[in-house]
Amino acid sequence: MARFRTWVGIAVAGALSVALAGCSSTGGKRAEDARRAAVAPAGVAVATPRWTFAMITHSGDGDTFWDIVQSGAEQAARKDNVTFLYSHDDEAQQQAQLVDAAVDKKVDGIIVTLAKPEAMKAAVARAEKAGIPVITVNSGSAQSKAFGALTHIGQDESVAGEAVGEELNKRGRKNVLCVLHEQGNVGHEQRCDGIGKTFRGTLRKLYVNGTSMPDVQSAIEAKLQADTSLDAVVTLGAPYADTAVKAKTDAGSRAEIDTFDLNAKVVAGLRNGTLGFAVDQQPYLQGYQAVDLLWLYKYNGDVLGGGKPVLTGPQIVTKDQADALAKYTERGTR
Amino acid sequence: MTATTDETTDERVLRISPPKRLLSRPELGSVVGALAVFAFFALAADGFLRASSLSTVLYASSAIGIMAVPVALLMIGGEFDLSAGVLVTSSALVSSMFSYQMTANAWVGVGVSLLVTLAVGAFNGFMLTRTGLPSFIVTLGTFLMLAGMNLGFTKLIDGTVSTKTIADMEGFASAREVFASTLTVGGVDVKVTIVWWLGLVALASWILLRTRAGNWIFAVGGNADAARAVGVPVAKTKTGLYLGVAFGAWVLGQHLLFSFDAIQSGEGVGNELIYIIAAVIGGCLITGGHGSAVGSAVGALLFGMTSKGIVFAEWNPDWFKFFLGAMLLLATLLNTWVRKRAEAAK
Repeated sequence: MARFRTWVGIAVAGALSVALAGCSSTGGKRAEDARRAAVAPAGVAVATPRWTFAMITHSGDGDTFWDIVQSGAEQAARKDNVTFLYSHDDEAQQQAQLVDAAVDKKVDGIIVTLAKPEAMKAAVARAEKAGIPVITVNSGSAQSKAFGALTHIGQDESVAGEAVGEELNKRGRKNVLCVLHEQGNVGHEQRCDGIGKTFRGTLRKLYVNGTSMPDVQSAIEAKLQADTSLDAVVTLGAPYADTAVKAKTDAGSRAEIDTFDLNAKVVAGLRNGTLGFAVDQQPYLQGYQAVDLLWLYKYNGDVLGGGKPVLTGPQIVTKDQADALAKYTERGTR
Repeated sequence: MTATTDETTDERVLRISPPKRLLSRPELGSVVGALAVFAFFALAADGFLRASSLSTVLYASSAIGIMAVPVALLMIGGEFDLSAGVLVTSSALVSSMFSYQMTANAWVGVGVSLLVTLAVGAFNGFMLTRTGLPSFIVTLGTFLMLAGMNLGFTKLIDGTVSTKTIADMEGFASAREVFASTLTVGGVDVKVTIVWWLGLVALASWILLRTRAGNWIFAVGGNADAARAVGVPVAKTKTGLYLGVAFGAWVLGQHLLFSFDAIQSGEGVGNELIYIIAAVIGGCLITGGHGSAVGSAVGALLFGMTSKGIVFAEWNPDWFKFFLGAMLLLATLLNTWVRKRAEAAK
């Protein structure tokens, strides 16, 4: 045991000394701190009672998109003097139970996604019965009103897909590959089908294992090698766009890479021309607006949309807008 | 194995004819399967036989194979590791976040990551040997804890669920050379992971077949109590095997980091099963004591060929998992059949 301890000591000391000696003079935390220095902290601005709002989404673990939704909601909660509770589960039944738990806690408002509407119906009805206002976000625009929600905030997946299809037409693409990183996800299918609706060329689908980047890369690479006539690849999530670019380079293909959703790397790709365009549904806005509208409803009885969904997208982002967006993606809010 | 063995016909010195010896090789079933799948896709999929296509298939296989090798050794030693999939992600996250937060040279992060990853392996081994709990439970616990820590720590430290880019930091370029470069061999681009993979297979085969530790691995997997009785250090062997898995996770984790730069903290879940499947297809016995490193490589290759072959053949991918399941059953049945034949022939 003593010898073991000595070894651990040597290892830790070694790691620390290397850490001290091996500093990087470029990038890293130090560069980020310099960038952040100018940003002012957010304070509380209203004097309404401290309400509690719960948001329950169908996000999986570690999803960058939902992370941005969450930070938008948190920002609005800070401003509105609201206690914000966030929970998520990608299993519909579990998500419904989380809604039930929020109702049991007697929160002052609930924000929920309807990715699998039927599974959520009973839980949402229970919230209505308990007198808790509900706002739906992101998915479920068709069911939102019927379920008795105040408003739906989000992007219609099919409409977003159609916008991509039109953009591809405009760019003169003929043979497009749609990369789905989650087999069986309804929203993903709607996006690809939306593209197919407006796109005049041929559209093919490719399913990849989203939890393994090497698999994503090699699958896209294989597809590009198998079908050299492909002239555009559309990924359905920002993290996969960069991987698609790598696959394209390795396969020696000339296809244009386009994507749904933004992140810092996508914006960088748009700026340097490795990506064609991105379609943004402004997740920050979805979270921010949901909290803010609940607050407005509680404070002022306001409702937005008049029974129609309030759309946060699709917005096509190209090289022209990329420069202006860079600083927002850098801090993780776009 | 038993005391009833006749002195004159001790099975250990029995001369076995070459075909029979071949039949008793654990990877035989998978090699036959791999040849069949290869021939099948060569005929069915257009362009599958092109050098660039094969290089893509090999890359996909290597990303599984690097982990399938130590996982196979662990299975021969009679244990499971369900934390192997997320440990790869953990390893990449530690490396990336340490470099970034300390503004340190990327190699420092790589070194710290090796220590942390090995510590997780040591923890698995320690828990297993000290508590006597089955490895299924111990590593299931580690799996869940790691998955939670991956998300929790990344969010806590970086503020988002994916790491920030370290591509502009010192040491990144040279580390990328080691873990994620592309070599050109005879005009064909080959990913460096394939070299790592083959190296690990060779190393593992040498350990299994030529060293005392190899005998220990077979012994603890066959019958841990009997092994202990004849003086095999069971706890040390099993801990060593978990350290091996951790090392594999470190190699693959660094590849992820230096190849894809930003790491998503939710990745890796589910891949542990793929590694186990590759090892089983490659002839590893689920109950331990039987298997080979080469077999795990063939299993990974089968996996890579099937998953990418379906893309090359432009089939409906809805059925991919069906093919995989059928292949797993067939390979395991073939293995069992071959082994029974071989044992009956002795």
